[in-house]
Parts: sequence; structure tokens; C-alpha cells
Amino acid sequence: MNNHPLKFSLSMRIMHWAMALLIVAMLAAGLSMVGSLDPWQFTLLNLHKSFGIFVFILVLIRLALRLKSRLPELPKALPSWQKLAARSTHSLLYLMMLLMPLSGYLMQYFAGRPINVFDWFYLPASIEVDIQAFAFFRELHGYSALALILLIIIHVAAALHHHFIRKDSVLRSMM
Amino acid sequence: MIFSRFKPFVYLFRQPRHSVGLLSFILLMALFNSTAQAVTARQFVDLQQGDSAFKGYRRAHAKGICIQGAFHSNGNLAEYTFARVFSKGTSEFNGRFSIAGNNPYAPDLKAPVRSLALNFAMSSTQVWRIAMNTPPVMAVTNPTDFYQQLQAIKQGPQAIKSFFKQHPESQDFLNWKSGYTATNSFAEETYHSINAFYLIDQQGQRQAVRWYFKPVSGDTKHQAFEGDNALQQELISRLSAAPVRFDWVFILAQPKDDENNPAKRWPAERKHIVAGQVEINQWQEQLKGACHSINFDPLVLPPGIEPTQDPILRARSAAYAESYHRRAKEALKGAFEEADNE
Repeated sequence: MNNHPLKFSLSMRIMHWAMALLIVAMLAAGLSMVGSLDPWQFTLLNLHKSFGIFVFILVLIRLALRLKSRLPELPKALPSWQKLAARSTHSLLYLMMLLMPLSGYLMQYFAGRPINVFDWFYLPASIEVDIQAFAFFRELHGYSALALILLIIIHVAAALHHHFIRKDSVLRSMM
Repeated sequence: MIFSRFKPFVYLFRQPRHSVGLLSFILLMALFNSTAQAVTARQFVDLQQGDSAFKGYRRAHAKGICIQGAFHSNGNLAEYTFARVFSKGTSEFNGRFSIAGNNPYAPDLKAPVRSLALNFAMSSTQVWRIAMNTPPVMAVTNPTDFYQQLQAIKQGPQAIKSFFKQHPESQDFLNWKSGYTATNSFAEETYHSINAFYLIDQQGQRQAVRWYFKPVSGDTKHQAFEGDNALQQELISRLSAAPVRFDWVFILAQPKDDENNPAKRWPAERKHIVAGQVEINQWQEQLKGACHSINFDPLVLPPGIEPTQDPILRARSAAYAESYHRRAKEALKGAFEEADNE
């Protein structure tokens, strides 16, 4: 029965915190660059796109890690609605982590703009430009970003709630 | 005591969970602050579109006509750039002639600026978008001044006069303007890149350049047109007889020329290289042609060509993206459904 570890595996913990930093940086970059006319905007935009590809690959690795490792259990005393909330938040976080780079790439694809990945190679774009498909994925990208920000706030608030109010081991299992 | 004012902060340090909130708040404020002082892409496009936007259309250069053609490269530029389009041979493009302004029904001959935009989609990973205008330089050197220039234009002749007085850097632009007479044809204008770019050669060396399209006059006399669509009708009539041709000419900067200043012309004795000839042979109404869907962002560049740090060039990309986002959303919501049913 008790074969659940107390902590997430080291690889999953590293992945979690590294991606947390990357994703917050991506969101900050995304939000600041859509409004800016400053010369750094173009440079930041290219970095945002390149790192977007990088994060997408990381998400896939992370999902694989998650599926093959044993995970710590949620505290037994946790009410079932909170367990359900925790599971759905985590699933939605993964969904958004996948949707963000996919919608980001597809909006560029349909706008006919190849993505220069770290000055290393180009991701292909459609030769024919489809402005409606662009609009769909551009909107999806924007709303997914808002959903992701909301989910991160819920996620952080829940982690702090476990640590400081319930005083259980949930946050420590990721440390 | 001054410290009593910071009591809430001391409290926050004792309550780590609140400092997380504070930290994100500070980050957010920093973000807003950094964008608050400068003109934003939204403000810029708001000013361009005016009080009532034409839904689904570009916010600037709303009226235009789609074209197709080919560029025949003579290979003369190939020693300066490995961009495929400049090796000897032919590359097809589509593009758009347009006039300045936010009104897709505006009278052609009243617009102060005419434009030619091209889209070379050489492969799925090599695309080049080019957006050229009739003036060879900007009147100003940064987006905030450009915003004020547009505001002054809206306010009237007096405001624009005093604007130019306060901006001596607009001298080259004003010199060009006083010597410029608009023609009756898109095909007889000279179109300039305005901003400078770098050509990158096989060794990775870069050369700052500007370019222009110089009309190649045909032998035949052309009928002049009148009315709101005079320029479009004239183009259509020409194309029914023969292709419209331009020489694609590059100006090579010397080290003392500032490639990041879009208001300054480079001396006339700079080396000019004709890279080949552009031939336009087809047209479509803009809502029926491929050009309508395209954002002619001059920072969509193929390998072998790179942007300078010119602040106006950099700002163009963000402003075009904002305009494109607005009309794309409108297109998704069916801005042109009525037009399609006609």
C-alpha cells in the first residue's frame, strides 16, 4: 500500500522549477512585447518563439516522466473536492502548457512566417497565408495565456495554502 | 518616525506567503511602468485607424490592389548576400500597390504617399516581406516622434509646420518633398525601402544597404485616368498591354553613414548596384487576391538579410502586428461576409 514516495523524483523537481521560471518569463515577455514599439521588441519576440519550441519539447519529456514515475499521494485527510480540484488544475496546467506553444506555432504557420529557432534552423510556415486561421490561433494563444496565468495563481495559492495553513507535506514534496 | 510608514512591509517579511503576492505585484507594476512612457502599438494603431475603423481592412494603407510577378536577378548582388533571391535566376512573388490612409474607398490621387509591398515565399522556411513607400526617408528617427508627426498631420497644416520646425532632422524629407511631384501611375513612381538592412555574405560579413525600385519606362504612351480609382484603373490598363517593370537598385552604405537613422539620406556618390529587374504581370482586386491576407511586415526576412537597429524599422513590425491582429479578428467574425454574398 505504502509504495508512494514522499517526494517527486529529482528529475521531476528540476523540471518543475526550471519550467516554472521559463513559463513565467515567457508570459512576461509575451505580455510586454505585444504592446511595445521599442527596438528590443523584435529581439524578444524571436527569443519568445525559440524558447516556445524549447518549452514544448520539455513539456513532452515532462509528461513522459510523469507517466512513468510514481508520484507522491495527496494527503489522506484532504477533502475529496480538494483532491478533485488539485487533479483538474494539474491536468489543465498540462493542457495549457501544450496549447500555448502549439497555438503560438500555428498562428505563425498560417500567417506565413517561418520561425527562426535560435538562429539555428527554421520551422516551416504555410506558403499560402490564411488570415482567419491565423486569427483563430492568435485568439487561442491569447486566451490560453490568460487561462494559464489564472491556473498558475490557483496553483501557487494552493501550494502556499498546503504549506502555511494545512502545514502538510505537499509543497515539500516538490522541494 | 519615517519607519512607521514601512510597517506593512515589515509585516510582509514576517508573513512569507504575502511577500509572494507583493513580489508579483511589483513585477506587474514594473511591467506596466516600462511600457507606460513610450507610445504603444495600440496607441499607434488607434491613431492610424481614427474614430471609425473600416472593419477587416488594414489600419494604414487600407486601399490597394493585389499583384503578382517575378524578379529576375542578374546575380550582381550575390557577392554581398547569400539570400537565395539574389543568386542569378527568377523568383516569383505576390504583392500589393497601395495608397496611404485608413480609408479603403479613398480617392487615389489625393493620397500623399504610394506604396509597393512584396511577398517572396521562396520555400516554407524562406520568406521575405518588403514594404516600400515613395519617400526615400522618414521625417523623424523614432516611433514617439513619428506618433507626434501623425498627430500634427491630423491637426492641420499649422501644426505640421511647427512640428517640422521643432524637428530639424526632417530636412532631408522636406527636401525630397519639395522636389517630388506625384505621377498618374503606380508604375511610374520610385519606391524606397526607407529603412536600412544588412546584407550578409557567405563569410558572415555584413553590408548596410537601402534599396529602391526605379520604374523602367516603356515605349507606349499611357492614358491618364480620373476619379477615385484612377491609379488602380491606370495599372489595370497598363497590365492588359504589357508587364510593369522596375529596376531593383541597392545603395551601399559607407562606415560613416548611420544605418540606424531613417531620416538621413546617404550621399549621392554611394555605390549603387542594380540587382535585377522586377516584372509585374497580373492583378486582382484586393479582397479577391492573396495579398489581402498578408501582413507585409518588413522584419520577415530570409537568411542572408538582417534588420538594423533603426528604431522605426523595429517599431513597424509591432505596429503592423497590432493592425493585423485587429483585422484578422474582424475577418474571423465575418467582416467580409456581406461582400462575399454580393
